[in-house]
Amino acid sequence: MALPLEHVRWVAHLARLDLTPAELEAMARDLGAIIEYVNQLQALHTDGVEPLAHALDLQNVFRADELAPSLTVDAALANAPARRGDFYAVPAVLD
Amino acid sequence: MNELTAAELLAAQVQGASALEITAAFLRTIHERDGSLNAFLHVDDEFALAQARAVDAKRKHGDLLGILAGVPVAVKDILCVAGQKTTCGSKILRDFIPPYDAHVITRLKQADAILLGKTNMDEFAMGSSTENSGFTITRNPWDLERTPGGSSGGSAAAVAAGLAPLGIGTDTGGSIRQPAALCGIVGFKPTYGRVSRFGVIAFGSSLDQVGPLAHNVYDAALLLEAIAGHDARDSTSVDRPVPAYSRGLDQLVKPLTVGIPREFFSDGLDAEVENAVRVALAEYQSQGAVLKEISLPHSSFAVAVYYLVATAEASSNLARYDGVHFGHRAEKFADLLDMVARSRGEGFGAEVKRRVMLGTYALSSGYVDAYYLKALKVRRLIKDDFDTAFRQCDVIAGPTTPTAAFKLGEKTGDPLAMYLSDIYTIGANLAGLPGISVPCGFTKNGLPIGLQLMAAPFEEGKLLQVARMFERATDWHNRRPKVQAPG
Repeated sequence: MALPLEHVRWVAHLARLDLTPAELEAMARDLGAIIEYVNQLQALHTDGVEPLAHALDLQNVFRADELAPSLTVDAALANAPARRGDFYAVPAVLD
Repeated sequence: MNELTAAELLAAQVQGASALEITAAFLRTIHERDGSLNAFLHVDDEFALAQARAVDAKRKHGDLLGILAGVPVAVKDILCVAGQKTTCGSKILRDFIPPYDAHVITRLKQADAILLGKTNMDEFAMGSSTENSGFTITRNPWDLERTPGGSSGGSAAAVAAGLAPLGIGTDTGGSIRQPAALCGIVGFKPTYGRVSRFGVIAFGSSLDQVGPLAHNVYDAALLLEAIAGHDARDSTSVDRPVPAYSRGLDQLVKPLTVGIPREFFSDGLDAEVENAVRVALAEYQSQGAVLKEISLPHSSFAVAVYYLVATAEASSNLARYDGVHFGHRAEKFADLLDMVARSRGEGFGAEVKRRVMLGTYALSSGYVDAYYLKALKVRRLIKDDFDTAFRQCDVIAGPTTPTAAFKLGEKTGDPLAMYLSDIYTIGANLAGLPGISVPCGFTKNGLPIGLQLMAAPFEEGKLLQVARMFERATDWHNRRPKVQAPG
């Protein structure tokens, strides 16, 4: 079953994705089918099962608090679509 | 020259061949044949030849040489190479030039390998056919009307067709093993944490692993040896010594119990694939192994779990493509938010959008418990199944894929059908296990079939030895496709 278009629009907003009307329609259909498929998980009894986010039994790993070389400003900004001085340039957020 | 394995190329150099002539030979083959395959996205002849000259100079001076000295490697375009275009198969990164090398690239350079170029892939490694690339479709060298598999389809096709003796791929749900099976070569996914992910463009961070594609198990072991090991820049990189996998490879694993999951031989498995895999299992038996039927009772849920966990992680990882820091920025927009949404809408392809949407949905308020958390709980059950199985057997064996290579376009209209081509490979990613695909036969139409073997975490050494036991007794890995230059 297709997901309601309103819901697809809301998820697209959360994902910061601009979708065309045709894409929204296709997405409603595709997501509906995939969600129907993954709903098979709901039949499984999982009370008391600890979620597994990660296959390794790792705790937080911290590096030593030591100075190390890092990228220069120019290297870090080399791929920026727009730059002003030593900063990434974006359209004004506040007037 | 281009038919030789990595081991043979190393030996040839001891006999007097130069890295330069080897590299030139592979570059020539690429320029002749890749027009039929589109395995590579970028090839930098001068960069490759300069590396080869440097290796030859080191050899001439009597300097210590790395374990892959003068051996060309085709690298999936998901690994950052400083100063070289790295697109991840996405238009959003069309012009991205990384300021640093991935750890694996650093290790390949230290091993004196020759970086030939970057190979095609499904955009952001999301796909099983390389048809989701933002740039071009790669073809299977055994049948140009079929897919090489994916997402590391470019690297797999390159190795199979003799465009490179070795390839680097990444495997989030089968993206090394599945294309290896479909292209008739060896593909190895190491244990999660065995190879550093630093500089690997992220898809599903709890699942992604880098690994080798090669003509045979020895070459795969050698390449793994070169790239494995701890790296402080990846907090999930595990600090354990790296055994010399390529040595002792011919040691027989005895006694050997091979677990056969009954769930891997049910509906949807092609009869020719099943037959080839059963013959392979009988080969182990004839070498004294015990075949033991086991059960992975939750394996039928693996695809569902994967498409929630991987997409949830992807939706978060891909938030960085915002049109601000790097990558494509839309030209027209109303405000900052609109700029971000339009840049992403223009830059991402259909499958990436679908997965970012699914992941966002699974993590959204009101749905996170029913989808993301539920999937993590079932992921635990799937891992528990493997833990139980490995108390009864040394390795788990079965088909790598349910069918041989499918036709281009066959599954592009049905995302679910495409997802199901990874049904046997996804479990190893969810549980973090090492897995390998080795060639084990051909269909009557001449398409390769892969045998998948999996082992407990960090048992790469044993897994490679078990794979080698089969390879040594068979000839499938020596078959090469005949690829014509484009006509």
